[in-house]
Amino acid sequence: MTMQETETTSAAAGAKVFPGSDSRRYNYFEPKGRKATHYEDVTVDVQPDPERYLLQNWIISFGDGTPTYSKDWTALKCTDWHGFRAPDQEWERTHYQRQSTIVGMIQNVVENARRAGAPQRFDKAWVAVLQNHVGAFKHAEYGLGTALMRAQRYGYTQMVNNAILTNASYKLRFAQDLTLYLAEVGSDIGGFDLDAGKAHWLDDPIWQPCREAVEHIRAATDFLEQYFAVNLVFEPLVGELFRSGFVMQVAAAQNDFSTPSVISAAEADYERNLANAVELFALLLRDPAHGEDNRIMLQSWFTHHGGLAVKAALQLQPLWSLPRVKAASFADAFERARNRVAAIGREIGIDADLPALPPVEVGQVATPAAAAAAVTAPVNGAAAE
Amino acid sequence: MPDGLTLNKITSQKGIGITEAARRVADLGWTPSYVKEAMAFPTDYKISKAPRDPMKQVLRSYFPMQEEKDNRVYGALDAALRGDMFRNVEPRWIEWMKLFLAIIPFPEISAARSMATLGQLAPGDDLRTGFTMQMIDEFRHSTIQMNLKKWYMENYIDPAGFDITEKAFGKCYATTIGRQFGEAFLTGDAITASNIYLQVVAETAFTNTLFVAMPSEAARNGDYALPTVFLSVQSDESRHIGNGHSMLMSVLKEPDNHLLLERDIRYSFWQNHMIVDAAIGTIIEYGTKNRDKNKESYAELWHRWIFEDYYRTYMLPLEKYGIKIHHDDVHEAFDSIVKKNYVHKIAQFFSAGWWANFWRIEAMTERDFEWFESKYPGWYDEFGVWWENYAKLSKPGSVPITFADTGYVYPHRCWSSLVPCVIREDFQIDEVDGELYTYASEVDRWTHKEAFAAEYQGRPTPAMGRFSGRRQWEEVYDGWDLADAIQDMGFVRPDGKTLVAQPHLSFEEKDMWTLDHVRGHTIRSPLLALREMTPQQRQAHVEEYRKGFKIRRV
Ligand SMILES: [Fe+2]
Ligand SMILES: [Fe+2]
Repeated sequence: MTMQETETTSAAAGAKVFPGSDSRRYNYFEPKGRKATHYEDVTVDVQPDPERYLLQNWIISFGDGTPTYSKDWTALKCTDWHGFRAPDQEWERTHYQRQSTIVGMIQNVVENARRAGAPQRFDKAWVAVLQNHVGAFKHAEYGLGTALMRAQRYGYTQMVNNAILTNASYKLRFAQDLTLYLAEVGSDIGGFDLDAGKAHWLDDPIWQPCREAVEHIRAATDFLEQYFAVNLVFEPLVGELFRSGFVMQVAAAQNDFSTPSVISAAEADYERNLANAVELFALLLRDPAHGEDNRIMLQSWFTHHGGLAVKAALQLQPLWSLPRVKAASFADAFERARNRVAAIGREIGIDADLPALPPVEVGQVATPAAAAAAVTAPVNGAAAE
Repeated sequence: MPDGLTLNKITSQKGIGITEAARRVADLGWTPSYVKEAMAFPTDYKISKAPRDPMKQVLRSYFPMQEEKDNRVYGALDAALRGDMFRNVEPRWIEWMKLFLAIIPFPEISAARSMATLGQLAPGDDLRTGFTMQMIDEFRHSTIQMNLKKWYMENYIDPAGFDITEKAFGKCYATTIGRQFGEAFLTGDAITASNIYLQVVAETAFTNTLFVAMPSEAARNGDYALPTVFLSVQSDESRHIGNGHSMLMSVLKEPDNHLLLERDIRYSFWQNHMIVDAAIGTIIEYGTKNRDKNKESYAELWHRWIFEDYYRTYMLPLEKYGIKIHHDDVHEAFDSIVKKNYVHKIAQFFSAGWWANFWRIEAMTERDFEWFESKYPGWYDEFGVWWENYAKLSKPGSVPITFADTGYVYPHRCWSSLVPCVIREDFQIDEVDGELYTYASEVDRWTHKEAFAAEYQGRPTPAMGRFSGRRQWEEVYDGWDLADAIQDMGFVRPDGKTLVAQPHLSFEEKDMWTLDHVRGHTIRSPLLALREMTPQQRQAHVEEYRKGFKIRRV
């Protein structure tokens, strides 16, 4: 008699007891909490490495000998790259659910607004802001999305890369949301020029430092510099400043109730991506062996990208005087951004305190030299702690 | 123009059309003027023409569509449990899923990573959304497959092997072959890897066998979960194939690229054949209990999907653009399946080394023999006795079949594809940089020596990848006792002694092999032995190897 004839009748769990018959968990990694989360089960160790568990090492290399994945792709060092878990716990199902909900929400808002003829009631001066400046800002979002899409190739673990991947997905979706939103409400408003936004992005002096800051992020060769510069520098100093500090506060007073809904999705996206990024960078700064080197590196990235972002933010100041009804002030918005970035810095352990907005005329502040001086100037007080 | 005005008036009440939406979205891109982006991903190709996006893709229709697909998948998994799927599923089939699902999430996520490359290399922004969707799709595939595997682990009678899955992926001689496939998507020359190997060949030619043939066979074995997941995965592939084709069309425009395209299509086609046909061919033909003679064999599926659909309608037409196509390779690949028993020899190899696996392989029986003989006349003569021996040696205490006196010659391993050199008459050896290597065939030899090199036909190819790492599993464990190697890999059940792998499907503890049953046998690397031989000995060895062997009854 041979073995295959002694079959059990059911192949369901529990039909027989034998060694290993109750081993029903992925048992090769340490869950972060008491029990592995679903996110951990479908994410951890899917991208392996020689430490976990490539017996034969990477088996293809680039022409220069660099392996398929390398720790050298960032200047930051980590005793254990495998320790990171994204707080948003995103995997495919939750990602599609969330993205799809946002898409549906936006579509409802736009349909309702258009059905009610709302875009025709937008204040005329505000229509120009939407056309020229929200239209320009969508390119910033797109630039950050493409930078992150590139960055998701380079992380040493699946958890790092997937967090960056979903971040890219959120940014690229939002850039498209804005594009299509403007195209649709614009079609209800006579004479709305859909090409104006890009023209302003490329040529309007107000947007040039912003474009410069985004291009520096796109061109950074260190993928974690990109991830850091997007979430810990540009987003709080420029992204939120424009989205929350300007559009969301000002729009309603111009009879525009739909644009804030579209924009609010990006604010919620950012909260999640910020939490992921803060978790990663805080982990790197807590690292027993490399924490201090990492802090120095992040500090220098902050100086570089922070300088560009402050310059970009200050240059946007004239936007606040464009709407007919002045519902918010640049000074308040910038002060919030300054506090926000400082708080984020404290969270991970770098000094991100920026000097308060000097009480000077817009034109003066907005020169690159003044802005650069503002960010690199020694800061007093909180920095020392 | 009155027509235009009328149209405008109508559409102004609606959302903007898909063409206009895609055009607007593509216009988000710009050429940086403050800082030039460094080209992070090396390639020897020149790409000057921006690829177009004939599919007009935008994300706002993508996300809801994918969520809907997901809902169907997860609904079907719940329904399968309510319907008590695991009472009737064939363990022979689910066991192979331990191997298949250990491998596939890595190639999937590698494909996601490689979209970074294509997004950056492709001039213009037309196809960016296509690449973005593919990136997110591949993230979907990877995590949805990890979820399916977890589901099997929770519900199938024997979870051992699923429970160690990603660790096993890093240790096993067979999963390394899958890693050769996945690493090839994202390492080396960016166009070679991500456009040609992944999109133009793996996705366009081989996903049908992976994601359509596999599900059909799963369903025949009472597994309704795999089809749900994999047909959903496959429904994303037509977009990826479209991305690949658009990118290929822009790469083709540059005559300078033609030589590299010839090289890469050749390498990619052959290696995909070697790897995918070895794995999927074996799983479909040997992982099934269904012996319906009316169903298509793997060879028949291959002829339909790869020979007719891919080779004739996709690959051949590339000739009119001036790309040399290696027709003989395609015929040779098909012949290896129908005439040279490639799949059967691979299955034989998997069973010969069953103790190093982390899944079970049971012996083929009379019913199987009959089906094989009808689909592959002459099968019994070559493989029947092997499987009869295998059944005989499946009880613990028997000598592991690898070391029994069957006449089987443990194969050399191909340095290019990492698949064993099972078609003995095609075996090749050669030296590269002063070191001796073994290959399954002439194209594999060419792949290592000529394609994966710093120069191709006199043209410098600095971006081309290199084969690296400890490519041969046998070399890692050369001189090790079986029991120690198995323990080192971690292919032992939680009791610390019973093997995860078993050469049968008995779930009785008394039938299960432990470390003690395999102790006392030593793993040897055929390559190291070959390198130690004198040239004369080596010559004789190669001639002998090419003659093959005849299996004796034990
Ligand atoms: Fe895929
Ligand atoms: Fe794909």
